[in-house]
Amino acid sequence: MFNEVALFPEAASTTAQQVDRLFLFLTAVCGGVGLLVAALLISFAVKYRRRPGEKGNPPETPASRPLEWFWTIAPIGFFAVMFLWGAEVYISAYRPPDDAATVYVVGKQWMWKCQHPEGQREIDTLHVPLGRPTRLLMTSEDVIHSLFIPDFRIHMDLLPERYTSVWFQPTRIGTYRLFCSQYCGTQHAGMVGTIVVMRPDDYQRWLNLSAEGSMALQGRKVFLKYRCVSCHSGDGIARCPSLEDLYGRPVALSNGRVVPADDEYIRESIVYPSAKIVAGYENIMPTYKGQISEEEIFQLIAYLQTLGKGETPVRVEEFPPPTGTPPITTKDWPP
Amino acid sequence: MSESHSGEASGTRDDDSVRRNYLNASYSVISWLFTTDHKRIALLYLIPVTLMFFVGGVAITIQRLSLMSPQGALVEGDTYNKLFTIHGVIMVFFFLVPVIPTVLGNFFLPMMIGAKDLAFPRLNLLSWYLYMLGAVWTLVAVLAGGVDTGWTFYTPYSSASSHTNVAMTMLGVVISGFSSLLTGLNFIVTVHWLRAPGLHWFRLPIFVWSTYATSFIFLLAVPVLAMAFILVVLERILQIGVFDPALGGDPLLFQHLFWFYSHPAVYIMILPGMGVVSEVIPCFARKQLYGYHFVAFSSFAIACLGFFVWAHHMFVAGLSLYAALIFSSLSFLVAIPSAIKVFNWTSTLYKASITFEAPMLFSLGFVALFTFGGMAGLYLATLGMDMHIHDTYFVIAHFHFIMVGGMVLGYMAGLHYWWPKMFGRLYSDWWSRFTAIIIFVGFFLTFIPQFVAGYNGMPRRYYMYAPEYQVWNVMSSAGASILGVGYVIPLIYLPWSLWRGKPAGRNPWGATGLEWQTPSPPPTDNFDSTPVVVRPPYQYHFQKAQNEP
Repeated sequence: MFNEVALFPEAASTTAQQVDRLFLFLTAVCGGVGLLVAALLISFAVKYRRRPGEKGNPPETPASRPLEWFWTIAPIGFFAVMFLWGAEVYISAYRPPDDAATVYVVGKQWMWKCQHPEGQREIDTLHVPLGRPTRLLMTSEDVIHSLFIPDFRIHMDLLPERYTSVWFQPTRIGTYRLFCSQYCGTQHAGMVGTIVVMRPDDYQRWLNLSAEGSMALQGRKVFLKYRCVSCHSGDGIARCPSLEDLYGRPVALSNGRVVPADDEYIRESIVYPSAKIVAGYENIMPTYKGQISEEEIFQLIAYLQTLGKGETPVRVEEFPPPTGTPPITTKDWPP
Repeated sequence: MSESHSGEASGTRDDDSVRRNYLNASYSVISWLFTTDHKRIALLYLIPVTLMFFVGGVAITIQRLSLMSPQGALVEGDTYNKLFTIHGVIMVFFFLVPVIPTVLGNFFLPMMIGAKDLAFPRLNLLSWYLYMLGAVWTLVAVLAGGVDTGWTFYTPYSSASSHTNVAMTMLGVVISGFSSLLTGLNFIVTVHWLRAPGLHWFRLPIFVWSTYATSFIFLLAVPVLAMAFILVVLERILQIGVFDPALGGDPLLFQHLFWFYSHPAVYIMILPGMGVVSEVIPCFARKQLYGYHFVAFSSFAIACLGFFVWAHHMFVAGLSLYAALIFSSLSFLVAIPSAIKVFNWTSTLYKASITFEAPMLFSLGFVALFTFGGMAGLYLATLGMDMHIHDTYFVIAHFHFIMVGGMVLGYMAGLHYWWPKMFGRLYSDWWSRFTAIIIFVGFFLTFIPQFVAGYNGMPRRYYMYAPEYQVWNVMSSAGASILGVGYVIPLIYLPWSLWRGKPAGRNPWGATGLEWQTPSPPPTDNFDSTPVVVRPPYQYHFQKAQNEP
């Protein structure tokens, strides 16, 4: 067990380097002040110990007002630097760069389910290419979990019915641990996974291994499976707003507000359709809560990102074809 | 502080030991169970609070033994989860929060202000019964199957997912919460109305100031906790949909309500310890407390600011960026009054005449560990840093430095400081000093490795863990065994002193407070005549050499 001892975790992302610099700064300041206090305590305790035969108590030492105000005000300077520096690292860790690729993560007791835009799905493992900023869009199927990759120094909770995100840019090839750090029940300690950072060309090969088509394609199947197209048909007789070129654009609501059509908005519109009604439309959509899985919603989001003008699938028939097989009558059997 | 006895030599006074006091006034069980004497109620608390400490201690002992192996040597899964929940619930709600206010506060707050009792003696007894009801209730919930949510009871796990005795445990905590609430109310009224003649606000000992500040936190925070817990219980039973998103609730709302209580509760736990240390250090340094006004006001600054930092427990919980920035900056502000106290305690030692009896050793340990743990808190208040160490062993180590290194050492300091007053007997000097050192060393060995494990990424509440963390866990468990020994030794020498200890006399330490000017143990009414106060506290330079034989 002793040959594995490391004082510091590996720094395998750009954020890790920022966090480690911040850590060293904090340690320098706190270590300095701590040593000063310790030195004063020890030297006073030794120097001013009561000697044998000492009579009476020492005279009063009046408190110095300027000194009191000095140590009341002086820490604020250090704290301001800590706060601002910490805020800078935090903001950069939660605002992904524009070119970040999104990977979709669903947590549940007690596993991690990941989907890549290219279509690969994996459980408790996440493959990412070296050097590419990767944003994780995350939600939970049950209780709160927390995604924690110590070697990347990032941490973010996964909430049921809500999206959170975090991003990272790996700087080293290797495999790294992924932990759930928010207590989630019996096998919380078993909700661990692996992050595999690969060379970009290896990653490309891995992507081509076993995909069932891109996430957007799977999202198109979901779009047809739940018959979204019946109403969101994008044509002149549509009862519901067109979804073409919708993703990321502002949407005018019936109550006068304008909101961006982001991931959270799309999810809410599927699960709680009456929460926000698009201006000019009726509140007629039924909820898909409990029918559609979180992973399917992610696939729909991926699909909507690609859905351009005039690309909504055509409603081929007004009525769906019969899907069951005709009943078998034993009368005619054997012929 | 008062002229009446100051300067009078301490030491044995035969007439004190045979006279009637609060202990020998009556011996019947009824006289204890229905007592309204604040001193007897303090002792009624001392026993169950100590028992609860060891119940919580047994739970963590099993966990630390189990964590010697990465796979979990003794327990796993549900059992481990129940053990850390028991440890947290018992230690926080039934030991750390009540211990100093109910034992030392109950006993000494009236005596330090020259009063005969608290303002509402019968309410005080009711507080004790509520505490006992809550404690027994919770222990029954634990014995009848346990609870596995962690002491934080986060929703929707607690309200929708856990199949253990969540509702019953939470009700037990709520019941004991009302005990704290009534105690706080009692203390506030007592400090306002029952101060001795001449004892104006800036002549109050710091222990009174900090207990008074703590009482305000009780009054303002406990109702929020009770409300949040009752809502979780209702959601479990009636499916009302407050916190569970599947029912239309908001799981983060619970975290806000919970930490609105539980962060101030951290100050409930540490402020009384700071009060004790502010009594003990001047006494054994034989020196006035440096910067009295700054220390007194910093208690109040902590109590006030402590209410505005709760969301720093939620920096990675999906909080908005602006909320995170605001709560981070406020969290730094609350560090300032704590720093003021540390600097003033240190300065009190300057040009002093220091002896190192057990209370002083515990207090110096408090200052060292509190400073260390407080500075670890700065890491957690720093947003970019918390993002990495949140919910790891770094956090565990941080708050144990404050709660155990700070509060438990503060309590031990207070118990050793006032023990001779409470029972009229001196405990073993050698054993008590030895214990103070053992606890201090054991504590460091237990929790320093946890900082390293935490920075390396070991998450909390794991019954099994990645093998690279084993060395830190083995070191921590080894340290904990030393710490455990340190907690057991006082169970022997303190009770032993009751029968075999030397009589303490009125004022064995040569201290200035009013509580030292009455016989030990004190008579039921505390003072023969109401003391009159003419000076600020800690005027050690006016005293002659009390400690000389």
